[in-house]
Amino acid sequence: MAGVKQRGTRLFEWFDRRTGLTEPVTEMAAHPTPASAASWWYVFGSAATVLLALQVITGILLALVYSPSASNAWPSLQYINHNLTLGWYLRAIHGWGSDFMIAIVLIHMAQVFLFGAYKFPRELTWIVGVFLLLFTLGMAFTGQVMRFDQDAYWGLGIGASILSRVPFIGGPLVHLLLGGPIIAGATLSRFFALHVFIIPGMLLGFVGLHIWMVLHLGINEWPMPGRLVRKADYERNYHALTRETGVPFVPDAAWKDAVFAAVIILAVMACAYFFGPFGPTGTPDPTIIQTAPKPDLPFLWIFAVLAYLPPEMETGVLLIAPIVIIGGLLLLPLIAGEGEKHWSRRPVAVLMVTLIAVTLAIFTRLGTQTPWSPIMDAWSADPVPAEYLAHRTPLERRGALVFQEKQCRDCHSLDGVGGRRGPALDAIAARMTEDQIIRQVLQGGGNMPAYGKALSPSETEALTRFLMTLRGHGLPSAVDTSQGLQPQSGTHPVVPATRAPKTP
Amino acid sequence: MSEPTEEQKTPVHDSALPADSVPEVWRPTARERDAARASASSRRTFLFKLALGLNGLVGAVFAVPILGYLLGPVLKKKDGYNSWVKLGTVDTFPKGETRLAEYINPVTSPSDGATAKTACWVRRTEDGQFQVFAINCAHLGCPVRWFAQSQLFLCPCHGGAYYADGSRASGPPPRGLFEYEHRVEDDALMIFAGQLPTLSTEACRGKGPLEQNNPASTAQAKDGGSPAASETRRSTWQA
Repeated sequence: MAGVKQRGTRLFEWFDRRTGLTEPVTEMAAHPTPASAASWWYVFGSAATVLLALQVITGILLALVYSPSASNAWPSLQYINHNLTLGWYLRAIHGWGSDFMIAIVLIHMAQVFLFGAYKFPRELTWIVGVFLLLFTLGMAFTGQVMRFDQDAYWGLGIGASILSRVPFIGGPLVHLLLGGPIIAGATLSRFFALHVFIIPGMLLGFVGLHIWMVLHLGINEWPMPGRLVRKADYERNYHALTRETGVPFVPDAAWKDAVFAAVIILAVMACAYFFGPFGPTGTPDPTIIQTAPKPDLPFLWIFAVLAYLPPEMETGVLLIAPIVIIGGLLLLPLIAGEGEKHWSRRPVAVLMVTLIAVTLAIFTRLGTQTPWSPIMDAWSADPVPAEYLAHRTPLERRGALVFQEKQCRDCHSLDGVGGRRGPALDAIAARMTEDQIIRQVLQGGGNMPAYGKALSPSETEALTRFLMTLRGHGLPSAVDTSQGLQPQSGTHPVVPATRAPKTP
Repeated sequence: MSEPTEEQKTPVHDSALPADSVPEVWRPTARERDAARASASSRRTFLFKLALGLNGLVGAVFAVPILGYLLGPVLKKKDGYNSWVKLGTVDTFPKGETRLAEYINPVTSPSDGATAKTACWVRRTEDGQFQVFAINCAHLGCPVRWFAQSQLFLCPCHGGAYYADGSRASGPPPRGLFEYEHRVEDDALMIFAGQLPTLSTEACRGKGPLEQNNPASTAQAKDGGSPAASETRRSTWQA
């Protein structure tokens, strides 16, 4: 027994003499950390690193089988899902690991921001961190392309369409992104190169630099109200604090990092087990157009914003907003590098984080529901409810048929069923007069197409009669107030809907 | 937290070696002394700078093929990707109907698989005129679907809507559907196609949306210049 131990020690010494790593590694592991920083709030950075390692490992395992060619990628994913032992589980871990990594990176960022850790002398650490966020999102987008299903295919189309709005070089940028004139083999190949070589290479390099700077500058002390950061004396104060209250990082702080890392990995594994892998959805055949493409969770909020931007603003916002957002993040520590660190004295910072979090959450939720999209099959799938046909004249019932056949249901709901692109029509006659309804149907307006060409006069008549019966629960019909002023005028003047009388 | 990224130089201390293996002190030879003395000379500094410059030059030359290779997809002449593609015989498209057609892209690569295919909408009016629309919504490229009963193209992504003649009806698209140039040759419908239609890589040669060739329907909802122009009024229900 003693012989084995002695031989082990000698082997260790043999390596240590040649690598010389033991001393610097031990020194770094035990570097003094302000006792206040050995906190559960400081575990997110290391958790993100651990998740990156998880992604690298599962990514390599998937690359053993995945075929990065447009003709074979989709079948190879089906093969991993269904034919390979635990292939589905590896795909699920990689997919859920991606979502967890983005969430943890964002939490880490919010925590660093609220704790003022980006201030002097850690400005560059924050800037490198902003790039790490961008690389992480880049991995998520290129990873979605790797799935090479319908969502990936049309997602590439969305990316190309956004790039095409860049002035002057939009066309060349589209061809550079796609690797050719269309979304095809070359596109997947270059996104594969981005996903497994280029972005991971930069990501790993920047993570190394990020961690090196944390070690070099020391972990941010727990902020105290009134303890201001000044370039003149911060380092002296920090080192004094560390000298007096410093604890070795390993094990005093590291045990919390280790516990949290284990919990996160377990959470990823549990999500992967219970919810399974993401897709692939339909095969990437561009002639199959019965599809409603949607991006993955991290990009749903952008998808939602794109639905709400008015057309005349869209290109400007699409091109300028990213520059402003990324530029703002990069410049933040250079502009606000000194001063108060504690959140209780930085109300604007707290408000900003809250506002951004709520905004992202709302748009993401809207992205899951897509109320702006017509429900393409509502007209054939959801019949007009029977109670909307009771006590109606034959003409009104024929109007209900027109309503269904002309696919009004795709955008308008009745009894809560149907599209939400337009307003629910259960009480339309209480809000609009007959003339207004006819005008709206024939000429369109707002967000509604004109149906003048698609409806015959008799169909229009029947449809209007039917819509006039929809008054909700006993609401009075809308009244054209101008009729009272000009009772004898032959034609009915049309009142804009915005000024239509409101009935309670 | 983990491995140091920059190696710290820790010399192998002689004192750590077992006593019996310590060699006698090495005396530098005259040649070694000369070399050490010469190290401060400006000639070596100059040579090093020269070598750096040489590598910079080699790098610049090396960058030419790399950039050429990377920018290959971009360095195509205008319309370089497009050519005339046959969609089918004229009688496969009945008058008064709009039908989905598909073709193999004129530029393909061996690994394209199904993505080499492209779909498009062919409209043939009652008087026999053709219009061929790209499948891609002018907003963000999602595939629009034709609804014959309501005479509309609808986009599943953000609800863009277009009239039968491709002009913008409503929603976020900034213009009408992209339209391919077409001609009828030997009873076959041909289109000039080859690249993904976007706002800056249009399906059709020439700038801006094609003139809609059905003035009767565009009269009721013109798509000229400003999209807001087609809106007759703001409605109360939609932002």
